[in-house]
Amino acid sequence: MRRIGVATACLALALAAGACGGVETGSSGTAQAPAANEKVSLSVWSKFSGRELGLLQKALDGFHGKHPNITVDNRGGQDDDKVAQAIRGGNPPDVAISFSTDNIGQFCSSGAWQDLKPYITRDKLDLNQIPAATRTYTEFKGTRCAMPLLADVYGLYYNKAMFAKAGITAPPKTMSELFEYAKKLTVFNPDGSIKVAGFVPTIGFYSNHVQMWAANWGVQWKGQDGKSALGTDPQWQAMLEWAKKFTDFYGKDKLAKFTAGLGQEYSPDQAFEKGQIAMAMDGEYRTAFITAEAPDLDYATAPFPVADNKPDLYGGGYTTGTIIGIPKGAKNAGAAWELVKYMSTDTGALQGLAQGLKNVPSTVPSLQDPTLQQDEHFKTFLDIFANPNLSTNPASSNGGAYLKTAEDFATSYQSGGVPDLKAGLAKTAAQIDADAQLGG
Amino acid sequence: MSAKPNAVPAAGSLSWIRPRPGHWIRPLAFMAPALVGFAVFFAYPLGALLYYSFTRYDLLNTPVWVGLRNYAFLLTQDPLARKAAYNTVWLVVVITVLRLIFATGVAAVLARIRNGAGLFRTLIYLPALAPPVAATLVFTFLFNPGTGPVNTVLGWVGVKGPLWFSDPAWAKPALTLLTLWVSGELIIILLAGMLDVPAELYEAAGLDGAGSIRRFWHITLPSIAPVLFFGVINSIILGLQYFTQAVVAASVASGSADIAGSQRVIGYPDNSTLTFPVWLYQQGFHYYNMGYASAMSIALFVVSTVFTVFFVYRLRRGSHGEEAA
Repeated sequence: MRRIGVATACLALALAAGACGGVETGSSGTAQAPAANEKVSLSVWSKFSGRELGLLQKALDGFHGKHPNITVDNRGGQDDDKVAQAIRGGNPPDVAISFSTDNIGQFCSSGAWQDLKPYITRDKLDLNQIPAATRTYTEFKGTRCAMPLLADVYGLYYNKAMFAKAGITAPPKTMSELFEYAKKLTVFNPDGSIKVAGFVPTIGFYSNHVQMWAANWGVQWKGQDGKSALGTDPQWQAMLEWAKKFTDFYGKDKLAKFTAGLGQEYSPDQAFEKGQIAMAMDGEYRTAFITAEAPDLDYATAPFPVADNKPDLYGGGYTTGTIIGIPKGAKNAGAAWELVKYMSTDTGALQGLAQGLKNVPSTVPSLQDPTLQQDEHFKTFLDIFANPNLSTNPASSNGGAYLKTAEDFATSYQSGGVPDLKAGLAKTAAQIDADAQLGG
Repeated sequence: MSAKPNAVPAAGSLSWIRPRPGHWIRPLAFMAPALVGFAVFFAYPLGALLYYSFTRYDLLNTPVWVGLRNYAFLLTQDPLARKAAYNTVWLVVVITVLRLIFATGVAAVLARIRNGAGLFRTLIYLPALAPPVAATLVFTFLFNPGTGPVNTVLGWVGVKGPLWFSDPAWAKPALTLLTLWVSGELIIILLAGMLDVPAELYEAAGLDGAGSIRRFWHITLPSIAPVLFFGVINSIILGLQYFTQAVVAASVASGSADIAGSQRVIGYPDNSTLTFPVWLYQQGFHYYNMGYASAMSIALFVVSTVFTVFFVYRLRRGSHGEEAA
């Protein structure tokens, strides 16, 4: 019996040791690219599927053409969770592609994705070919663990026919103009309910997220001390007061009933495509949806309006995008870097993918794609991407926790649940800082 | 050939029950699969969870011991954890009470139906077969305040329907209705319990002049008490683990159905559908605070255990009381 007890204790200790152990942090060196006669197979995981996975395959075929000794196993349907599980399990892909930049802080700070700086230095890669905002969302606190692979850029979509009917000749350039135009464009039913909304100001609806609006309001997320600036930057207050005033114009319940009856964001029933909304903030990818689902829609695109007190920001906007990197424990890191470098900086590869996916190619040289430039709807987003006022939200080590905290507060204020905006913002800032401490 | 009868020890001697050396090997061998399963799938994960709850752990790097910090944060610095706990308790209480009443009522009606009983039982059970995601999708479209048939029908009778999943005050009641709709399993179990009640008890009560309500109250309910107890425990666990329906309903109602579970829309509207398990998952797998998520899991485990122990104790006390009577 004693032997059993000892064995059980040993097993428990072994299990406990397993529980205590994590994956060791990788080295910071660089792995050499394989020799031309060395056969290597790379696994690439992404969330692409169907037609889009095929487009990615075409780009990967281009890489294989340049590196015939490297074959690529292209696997779709793999999200960040699955990649993280594979890293923990010690069997990660050689290259990972993520649709979200929310986790970049975690990828870089934990070492889940390898630091690419040594490779960039070794190969003398010019990062200035990537706009500053895009560089921002692919690194965290000096660790560059990802490269951009196409970008999403947000601007204004507006219905030209509705504009003409309302006697409006040009898109709004300031938030006040957006509000005034929306009033003119809104059509109510006889019972007072909304038939057509000039603009839906509900935070959280479609692309109306605080980080996307924040770019056009010029708000600061962090102060110089690294702490949340929600309580100190007056632009936050201005932005939320504007949103509240806009909501009050429609009436909170009317607006909620109207939005609840609209189609899903990525369905053919999307409200702008159906002519139920006259103006909307959206990404460049919407042009492809409209071409496929509402080809007769008479619309135009423009930079999203900016805060009245920040007219210089006009022309810029919010950007985020797909990112590509090498997970910790990748078996062929040298070859993987060659693929990452190709996919993120090769003009032909980026333009081919951008044309197929209708995303913005993420380097400055690749923006000069004649095919993309010819599309007047899409060209707007290429121009926004090239604008110096392009911006993004900062990375954090706890994913998008601070975005949810900020958006929750904004939503609550917008629906009338916060009596003291200034105090509420200060409290929200304190919460964001406390949450950051938990993960840091 | 005749078998030699086993030797019977002399009366008064207890030597035959004295353990022989190595007597435990055989039972242990029979119990081994269960013991290994318990150790690997319960004891070890629970031990690991407890350990992680005292660490800062991002799922990738070695956990760092932080003592009680995660528990202190949970109790003092996380308002969404409090909101999620409130939502979960709300769902546990309301779902448990209404599910029991609803299922018992429907089962009582089904037990009385003579013609087409099979058809009605099938129809009642059918929603329980729908996968939770599909059932929630259907329900959110039915209850869409702008285009859904529920509010349209309510409008015909002069009732202005609420915003359901788009209104923080109505989102949880809407989830409760969804849960009642898919209560087929409990209804069938209760129905089986009711059909098992001896008919002579009803006949005797009828001879004594008891009406249908008194018969139901004094015969049916006591007879199916163990089944009702199972329903209570089952409903409490259902409420404590409420996850899929809350996430899907929030995603659909927010207009972003393609990204169910997105951190932008969980809890929509205004975190009214943010349950404790959803927030726990969010912390662990999206915010990489696995140490904190482990502390939340331990808290949930403790609460679940307290609930279960309390009800088991109550049941045992109740059954002992009946036996004594």
